[in-house]
Amino acid sequence: MSAPAIDPVRAPATPARTKSAKAARTTPARFDTALGWSERPGVAWALRILLCLIALGVFAVPFLTIFAGAFSTNPSGSDLSFLPHHPTLLNFKVANERGIWDYFTNSLVIAGGALLLQLAVSVLAAYALARHRFRGQALIMTLFMLTMMLPEEVIAIPLSLVLGHVPVVGLDLKGTVWGVILPLGAWGFSIMLLTEFMKDIPVEIEEAARLDGVGEFRMLWQVILPLCRPALGVAGVLGFVMIWDQYLLPLIASKDPTDYTVTVALSILRTDPEVGSGVLLAGAVIALVPSLIVYLLLQRSLVTGIAAGATKG
Amino acid sequence: MTATTPAPAHRARRIGTRSVLPWLFLAPALLLALLFKFWPMAKGIWLSLFKVRPFLGDQWVGLDNYTRVLSDHRFQDAVGHTLLLGIGISLGGILVGFALALLLEGQSRSLKLVRTAVFLPVVTATAVVGELWRLLYYPTSDGVINHALGFLGLGPTQFLDNPGTALWSTMAMGIWMSAPYNMVIILAGLAGVDRSLYEAAAMDGVSLWQRLRYITLPAIRPALGIVLTLAAIRGLRVFTEVYVLTGGGPAGSTEVWMTRAYTLGFTRNDIGGASAASVVLLCVTLLLTVTVNYFRKRGDAR
Repeated sequence: MSAPAIDPVRAPATPARTKSAKAARTTPARFDTALGWSERPGVAWALRILLCLIALGVFAVPFLTIFAGAFSTNPSGSDLSFLPHHPTLLNFKVANERGIWDYFTNSLVIAGGALLLQLAVSVLAAYALARHRFRGQALIMTLFMLTMMLPEEVIAIPLSLVLGHVPVVGLDLKGTVWGVILPLGAWGFSIMLLTEFMKDIPVEIEEAARLDGVGEFRMLWQVILPLCRPALGVAGVLGFVMIWDQYLLPLIASKDPTDYTVTVALSILRTDPEVGSGVLLAGAVIALVPSLIVYLLLQRSLVTGIAAGATKG
Repeated sequence: MTATTPAPAHRARRIGTRSVLPWLFLAPALLLALLFKFWPMAKGIWLSLFKVRPFLGDQWVGLDNYTRVLSDHRFQDAVGHTLLLGIGISLGGILVGFALALLLEGQSRSLKLVRTAVFLPVVTATAVVGELWRLLYYPTSDGVINHALGFLGLGPTQFLDNPGTALWSTMAMGIWMSAPYNMVIILAGLAGVDRSLYEAAAMDGVSLWQRLRYITLPAIRPALGIVLTLAAIRGLRVFTEVYVLTGGGPAGSTEVWMTRAYTLGFTRNDIGGASAASVVLLCVTLLLTVTVNYFRKRGDAR
């Protein structure tokens, strides 16, 4: 995997949209899509609506089972549907007794801390890589790319030993949120993304600021960073989704199950013989909602980021 | 990669005094990467050569761990499962993603809404997806999928509890999770296709199939290459999906390389063997990355 370096300024979504909008003016609309879908009612139009409904049914509707089950009274396999039976909040009450909100708090602390650290670390590194020239730059770039090629799973076992006894400082991070936060700090992807973006900021802006006697840290904080807001948005959303999806890392960084994040804690609810699938689903809703909110609020950044990362990689 | 910004003369003169600065900015990232990525990697390679015995001191065993892991039949089975899952999820995800992209390409508001909804599996944490699919796969005729199969006159299937179907069921979930992600990348590729080509093709009277085959596919070939690479590498290290959905069972029928290494390392406390298994996976991943990059670079040069 080469660097999915990103350049949100030239991200394909934006130019592509303007290009096809231009194309729409000169060429008939039926050439807008590869399959030549018609926008007027007809057989093809009806077929497309049918296929869209099937796609929704396969990819989106199953999520309704989570919500329906979480708010239903005693759902087993048979009660699963897309609307709750006998709506109730009992499942959430039981989940609360099983400490779901403690796990959720763990998750929030970890996600917030790791995201802040990740962004701060990436901004600093990207500033050095994009706006400075120094010896060994290519080597450093390669190192960061290597971190992306190095699957977390592969280093899981030695990493769990390292977390129990960090070299040099000799700290035991197991059972603390730092055990999850610190390994997520250096994410090559986010460093590359911000580096590519910062490279496109005109030198003139920097030179003008330097003539005014602006120092390095103020340059980064007051000149470069405000210009990077779109890239920070993309890095933030992708980073959040990546952090919230972590499973193995919270698992190996924990000392006992109370240290779990909410996504890992679902396995405790599942294996608990005293709670039904309704409680498990209540837990799933709690684990699902934050990513849902982030996605719905910032979906354009996310989609732009994925598309740009891939096409420029 | 070097900075593309030309350094002005006055900056070049002062470079000596400021040569420490970049390293100051890089320090946090480098420190974290060294401590939590490269050091564990080195430690893993080192440990794979030892019989790790807590409190007794490690014992050098050379390549014993490797021969043990590679000749273990459960690992050999896991290789087969990993390859089958990896290839199945990659190809299936691309096919479904391509179909989705062709279906949902367009500018209208309603299409954007559908795309937003279809993308949900990607943003959902794998653990949550796993719990969702366990319920969809509920083994009696009450389960959602079995209920739907009932309408078609098919009996209830024990998707996850039957060694014959568990791996395929896991693969279906993997495809479901990766297809929308691939869709976004392919859509970006489709947006770059020159519309006038479609128009010209229509004038020449080519069929829809020919249009797809000779205009669309070549245009999105780079996007497909990236999707395939990412999918193949992700396929090799598949862990959470399997661990959450089946835990490797029933009867080891869904055991993949990483779940096996995890069991060896954390349940059986065979750190040396687990490290050796991880190093093997690392080598295969790197080899795959390098090979794919080589072919992609050659393809670009042409």
